[in-house]
Amino acid sequence: MTSAVSFKQVSRHFGSVRAVDAVDLEIAAGEFFAMLGPSGSGKTTCLRLIAGFEQPTAGSISIFGERAEGVPPYRRNVNTVFQDYALFPHLNVLDNVAYGLMVRGVGKAERLKAAEEALSLVRLPGYGARRPGQLSGGQRQRVALARALVNQPKVLLLDEPLGALDLKLRENMQEELKSLQKALGITFVFVTHDQGEALSMADRVAVFNDGRIMQVGTPEDIYQRPNTRFVADFVGSSNVLPPDFVQRYSGQHRWGSLRPESIRVSSATSGNGVAARLVGTNYLGATTRLALDADGLRLHAVVPAGTALPAEGEAVMLTFNRDSLHLMDEPA
Amino acid sequence: MRSDRGQRAPLGLKIAAACGLLFLHLPILLIFVYAFTTEEKSFVWPPPGLTTQWFAVTWNRPDVWDALSLSVRVAAISTAIALVLGTLCAAAVSQTRFFGREAISLLVILPIALPGIITGIALRSAFSLADIPFSFWTIVLGHATFCVVVVYNNAVARFRRTSGSMIEASMDLGADGFQTFRHVVLPNIATALLAGGMLAFALSFDEVIVTTFTAGQQQTVPIWMLEELIRPRQRPVTNVVAMVVVLVTLLPILFAYYLTRDGDQIAGSGK
Repeated sequence: MTSAVSFKQVSRHFGSVRAVDAVDLEIAAGEFFAMLGPSGSGKTTCLRLIAGFEQPTAGSISIFGERAEGVPPYRRNVNTVFQDYALFPHLNVLDNVAYGLMVRGVGKAERLKAAEEALSLVRLPGYGARRPGQLSGGQRQRVALARALVNQPKVLLLDEPLGALDLKLRENMQEELKSLQKALGITFVFVTHDQGEALSMADRVAVFNDGRIMQVGTPEDIYQRPNTRFVADFVGSSNVLPPDFVQRYSGQHRWGSLRPESIRVSSATSGNGVAARLVGTNYLGATTRLALDADGLRLHAVVPAGTALPAEGEAVMLTFNRDSLHLMDEPA
Repeated sequence: MRSDRGQRAPLGLKIAAACGLLFLHLPILLIFVYAFTTEEKSFVWPPPGLTTQWFAVTWNRPDVWDALSLSVRVAAISTAIALVLGTLCAAAVSQTRFFGREAISLLVILPIALPGIITGIALRSAFSLADIPFSFWTIVLGHATFCVVVVYNNAVARFRRTSGSMIEASMDLGADGFQTFRHVVLPNIATALLAGGMLAFALSFDEVIVTTFTAGQQQTVPIWMLEELIRPRQRPVTNVVAMVVVLVTLLPILFAYYLTRDGDQIAGSGK
């Protein structure tokens, strides 16, 4: 496994703000990698460090084995799809896409041909003569994608690529980006605050908080086996269980997490399980989300829609598989 | 404000509007008419007779040519200096954050906010303190102080509307600083610079107050005109020069107006 991007103890401080704080990171070649976190968690700064718009305060970055500190953005074989797309309003779509080749001195006929091919790749053939201002948001994003890909970068960076699109378009783009990445074999690194997006698209996800990486792993790892309360809570809103509660079921005095869909709710009032009270229901279409109160501990459960439910305020019994109770690394 | 398109304006309003416009522009027409008058010592209405002889007279007066050439050279050089310095300053103020940014922004605008006579006196005493003799360059320096402001204001407004990530995008796509300026920054601010440059040129061309303090014995067109009006000799020559100046400046300003209007539409539609 060759390393596409490697961070060794990388920090980026802005005055007293530690935007990125001693981060170690390995992104493999050909990987679809997501950097997930709330705003201000350092994920975008990490992206900008890879692109070269920021230089690390400390630590070292290498891109395909080459040291990247001090190398300006225009000498890196890395391209970015910007959050606001940053298309050039004074150029038409074809010239926008051909821009990277133009500044590298590629001949006009050759670069326009390559740009036309890139537009076909993002399913916008024949849009070359239009101005960016005449395109819809989704089309602009495809142009931004084509403009980056035409340079055949080794790493493609995407900054909140789907943030500005509506839900339907976003779902289409997710699939399209994924198949594009598979077809091209380019390393994709994307930044998002949407855990659903990260889980559905990425091969691996890094969860950021306060300038640090909390956990790196496959979407399944992150979702099923969060290592800290933060990850459990941020990725898919797991139930975080306090050590005293966990000890009763696992014998270990540690923080635990339990997925909402792992909890079974029955209206039995006795038997093995956790006695709780149903305090609210939230209909979500395919599923219903239940808010529960187990002796002061707030829990959430997700049950398939159509499940017979007790009335709000009534006592219920909660059961779950011991296996689905995950013990976190975080010290109690 | 309301605009009732279907409704016709009342007659009184139309007359008032016409009077307003006439009040603004009739005096300019009078200047044109006096360029053809046969009376050379004073301006009398109506002109006793019409003649085109003053055009020939003007053409043969070397002082007219000297003043025109000095004004054009001063305006051109001041505008060129203003374009470079104003753009650089606007780029610094709008693209980066640094200590004293607001103060610099204010200091740059100050020369146009201050009365010209203050700028003039300040420059004159500075020149005499530094033992700099009055020359072409002292006029240029004086004019550049306010020309920079005009270019700066235009450029800063345009920079604010251009997305900062465009420059990053250009660098990201492999363009170095110079290429980014040439292919992305310049095309996006070009119309603003053209408008600012035209305005700076026009301001410099008809500047009187700062020029009187920094010119020494030389005469730019407006100063030459003032002198001419005091002397009752060949007065219509002044009007001929005025007419030529109006025609020569009006065309580029109209041109700049159409260019920037177009540019605004392009920049606006990108949002």
